[in-house]
Formats: sequence, C-alpha cells, structure tokens
Amino acid sequence: MTAVTEIEAAPRDRLSRARSLHWVLAGALGLACIASLQIGATGVTLSAMLAKLGQGEALSQMERVVLLDIRLPRLAMCVLVGAALAVSGAAMQGLFRNPLADPGIVGVGAGAGLGAILAIVLGAVLPAWIIDLTGNQMVPFAAFLGGWGSTILLYRLSTRHGRTSVATMLLAGIAIGALAGAVSGILVYIADDRQLRDLTFWGLGSLAGASWAKVLSAGPLILLSVAAALRLGRALNGLALGEATAVHIGIDVQRMKSLAILAVAGATGAAVAVSGGIGFIGIVVPHLLRLASGPDHRTLLFNSALLGAVLLILADVIARVVIAPAELPIGIVTAVLGAPVFLWILLRRRGLVEL
Amino acid sequence: MSLIAKGIHVRYGTREALRGVGLTALPGQMTAIVGPNGSGKSTLLGAITASLPFRGQVSLNGRDIGTMKPWELASQRAVLPQASRLAFPFSVIEVVRLGLQSGTAGDRPEVPMQALARVGLAHYADRSFHELSGGEAQRVMLARVLAQVWAPVEDGQPRWLLLDEPVSSLDIAHQLQVMEIARAFARAGGGVIAVMHDLNLTALFADRVAILAEGRRLAFGTPGEVLTDDILSRAYGCALRVSAPPPAGIPYILPHAASA
Repeated sequence: MTAVTEIEAAPRDRLSRARSLHWVLAGALGLACIASLQIGATGVTLSAMLAKLGQGEALSQMERVVLLDIRLPRLAMCVLVGAALAVSGAAMQGLFRNPLADPGIVGVGAGAGLGAILAIVLGAVLPAWIIDLTGNQMVPFAAFLGGWGSTILLYRLSTRHGRTSVATMLLAGIAIGALAGAVSGILVYIADDRQLRDLTFWGLGSLAGASWAKVLSAGPLILLSVAAALRLGRALNGLALGEATAVHIGIDVQRMKSLAILAVAGATGAAVAVSGGIGFIGIVVPHLLRLASGPDHRTLLFNSALLGAVLLILADVIARVVIAPAELPIGIVTAVLGAPVFLWILLRRRGLVEL
Repeated sequence: MSLIAKGIHVRYGTREALRGVGLTALPGQMTAIVGPNGSGKSTLLGAITASLPFRGQVSLNGRDIGTMKPWELASQRAVLPQASRLAFPFSVIEVVRLGLQSGTAGDRPEVPMQALARVGLAHYADRSFHELSGGEAQRVMLARVLAQVWAPVEDGQPRWLLLDEPVSSLDIAHQLQVMEIARAFARAGGGVIAVMHDLNLTALFADRVAILAEGRRLAFGTPGEVLTDDILSRAYGCALRVSAPPPAGIPYILPHAASA
C-alpha cells in the first residue's frame, strides 16, 4: 500500500511535548518560589539570609519571623491555591466539555463562599461533636459542600442528554452566583461583630492573611481533590467525544462524573475557604496549556497544577510590590490579567451567536 | 458467538419507538438495518450498543450486555455514531488514539496510523479535527472505531463493528470505500451491523437485511429475499419498484457500476 511511507513519517507527538513541559514548569515553579521568598516589603531577602547562614551566623529574630511565619506559609498557600484553582478549572472544562467553564465564573465559587460564610456565622450553634470532629477543617469543608451542591445544580440545569448548553451554563451560573451572594448578604446582616471581622478578613480575596494554620486547614482537602482530579485524564479525553461515545470506548461515565464533581468542589471549596474569590486562574491556565501542548487531559491536569501555582506566586509577587509597602488584593491582579484572556477565548470561538 | 437482540422495546416519552424487535447478527457477515425515517433503525442500534434504556435482551458473543462492564463491552465491540462533536482541539491522530487506549490493541502504537491509512487519511494525522469537513470527520471516526477493534477475531472470539449510518455524509467514492472496509472486516471473521439509508449500497454490500417500519421488524433475510417491490412499498409507504430503470433521458448513477 502507498500508505506505508505515510506511516513512517511519524506525526509530531504533542503528548511527549506536554510531558517535557512537566519538567519545564517544575523548574519555573522552583524559580517562582525563590523569587517569592526573595522579594518583600521588609527588605529581608533570601539571598542575604542564605549568605548569613553560609558564614555560620544566626538569623535575627525578624528575619526568622519574616521567612518562616510570613513568606513561607504564604508561598505554600500560593502553591496550594494556584494548583487547586487551575486543576478545578481544567477538570470542570473537561466535565462540561467546554473551555469557558470555570468554577469562579459559573457560580461554584460563590456557592463555596456561601458554605464558608455559613460555617463562620452559624458554626457556633452547631452541635459540639460536629465542631470537635471538623476542627480547623470546618470552614473549608463547609465551602466544599457549598461548591459541591452548586456544581451538581449547575450540571443538572445546563446538561441535557449529555450535552451542555454554554448559554444555559453561563446564565445558570449567574443565577446561582446571585442567589448565593444574596443568602451570604443576609448572613452578613445577622452576623455579630466578631464574626463580621472574620468575614471581612476572609472576603478580601487575598492571601495576606496566610498562616500555617490556614495552610493546614485547606491543604489536605486540596491535595486530596487535586490527586483525584489527576486520575481523570483518560476519562475526560473520552468524554471530549461525547457522553455516549465515552461509554462506547469503555469509560464508566457516571462514576467519572461524580468523581470530577467532587474533585472540582473540593479544590474550589478549600481554595475559596482560605483565599476568598481569586478569579480567572482556572480559565487562563488550562487555555494557555492547550495552546502550548494540546488538550490531552492526561498531561493537561498535572501541567495545570504546576502552571497555576507558578502564576499565582507571580501574581502574588506583583500584588506585593506594585504599591509597596501596601499591597493589592491578589484577586485584582488575576482579574486584570485574566479577564482579557477570557474575552479573547470567547471571541475566538466560531459560531458565537449559536452559544 | 453472535449478536442476538430479543424482544427490544424502547419508549421515548409516550411514543413507542420499538415494539418487540429481534435481530440475530452472525460474525463473518454484514447485517444492515434499513427503514424509513423514524422507523426505529438508530434506536435499535442504540439498544444493541446499550446507549439507551430498553426492555428486552441483547447478548454479545454469548453474554448478556446488561451484565458487562463498559470496558468489557469496549473490548468486544466498537460503535460509530452518526455525528461526532469534539469538545477540544484534538489532532486527527489523537482522536484515533482515543480508540486505541480503550481497545485491546493498547500495546500496539502503530495501529492508529494504520487505521488512519485504511480510511485514506494518513496525511491528515497532524491536522486539527475541527478543521475537517463533515465527510473527513466521519472517516476519522471510522478509523478510531477500527483502531478499537483492530483484529476482527481475537482469542477465538469475533469483534463487532456497530455503525450508525456510516456513509451518510460521504461522496460516492468514499461511500464505496467505507462499505468495502466494513465488508473486509466481516470477511475476516468479525461481525458488522450497519444502520443504512441507501438501499442500493445495502443491496450491494449487506449479507442480511432487517427492514423496520413503525417500530416493528417487517422483514429479515438476504437482500434478494427482502428488497422486493412489495416489502419496500409497505415499509416506505410509496410504490417502489426494484430494478426498474427510469424513463429515457434521466441519468441515474448506481454504485453497482463502480469497478472495485
């Protein structure tokens, strides 16, 4: 057959390129971490501290506090939250078969926020055993439940016979977000002074309040959810062909959808619980990676985790330096960078009118 | 070792799309399902592929499909849908590989390119699936399906190709190409069930034909037995005559005349 020569010309393999991107992004993550520890308002730098340690000198009390209690937990939060937002975006886009699905845009973030506010305001009246059981995990767990409920609701509303209507999804997302915001507003109204203070800090949508306690409260749920999402690569690839075809090629679609919804809700919920609403990471990161190395979810999910962490660290550095010694809420930085990208994706789609 | 459907009932809301249809397809043969629009052809294939809820029983190589896991079914039969919408910009070869990762040829990385060459699109491997025409997309999907059940017989068991209107958006040359591929799969020992719209191609390629009308099976047999004036006229509700050339001056083009 004449086709033999064509077979020998091996097609360029985006999968191996995507796999080598793992290493590139891991390297970028290392560099971003160093930059984040180096740069800050106090003038304490990582390089100076390392030089001191190299000469056998002890660090000053301030240097230790800045490094161990301020910058390191903040860096850990950036890595966790960035990875959580980007992976939940990629998983949700795969689940909804649509590159515009993002937990922050379609109301899942708002649902998670409602869960967190419920836990802060009404947490004290819960039975003692629940409070004891959940401990410092209560707010992230409540945010996870809020995100879970809103994801399931959104999926039910916008998907018929395995096909998701983008218009319905975006509009239902607006409605869910508005409803969650309204209920949250009522809760703020009935909150007492101490709870109001908690809410205000929480709602700033920033990583300024990062602490080891927060890292420990959100970390386990984020790691669990991201790990679950990373197992979905093959199934999400199949789902890209449509729900019926995914079943035909041997994927247990119902189980996969449940797992994807849990992972999205867990990662989004925990991230929202400790950082408020940080937008657009979930939509920008997977989109850039699809352009760079294709849409294969087996590599896209892990690369999203890495690039999400890198981008959030860089956004955090920008937020800390542009108006130093004050700092911008990080949500402003990600929105300024992300909103134009979202519009760009929207406008590039053919058949926009038929949304 | 065959594919047997018994007493299939399917309801869409209050409408009964299928009322007790049965079908036995043998390996080594191409079995066609034909009938007018809305007769339940694709619905019958949907039941056979376990894509929609139905009453009745379907067994594949001796096992009830209701007891088989999705991956077990995927290792024995591949399904070509009528139309495919792809959510993300996968390349052509990546789409074909999606067939491979689910089938039993997973350890043979050369299969996707061979499948793509089989449908004559090896030179399209790196293109984005979204840039293809409807007919090209349908052939790429056929390559994906072929990659999933690449060997027509494996471990002494036939594998099955279930095709829903496989030639609906193809030009006449590619209609013939696709039907040849399906027939070759059957001749090599595999089983093929195809929902067909074109009665001429059905007459040319099918070994057995089931004619459906209004949710029932009107006839089942060889093309010579069932493609008759009487049965076709009843099925399609209009007076049809087999093998009657049109009046002089009106050109008609039949695939029968194409030299293989």
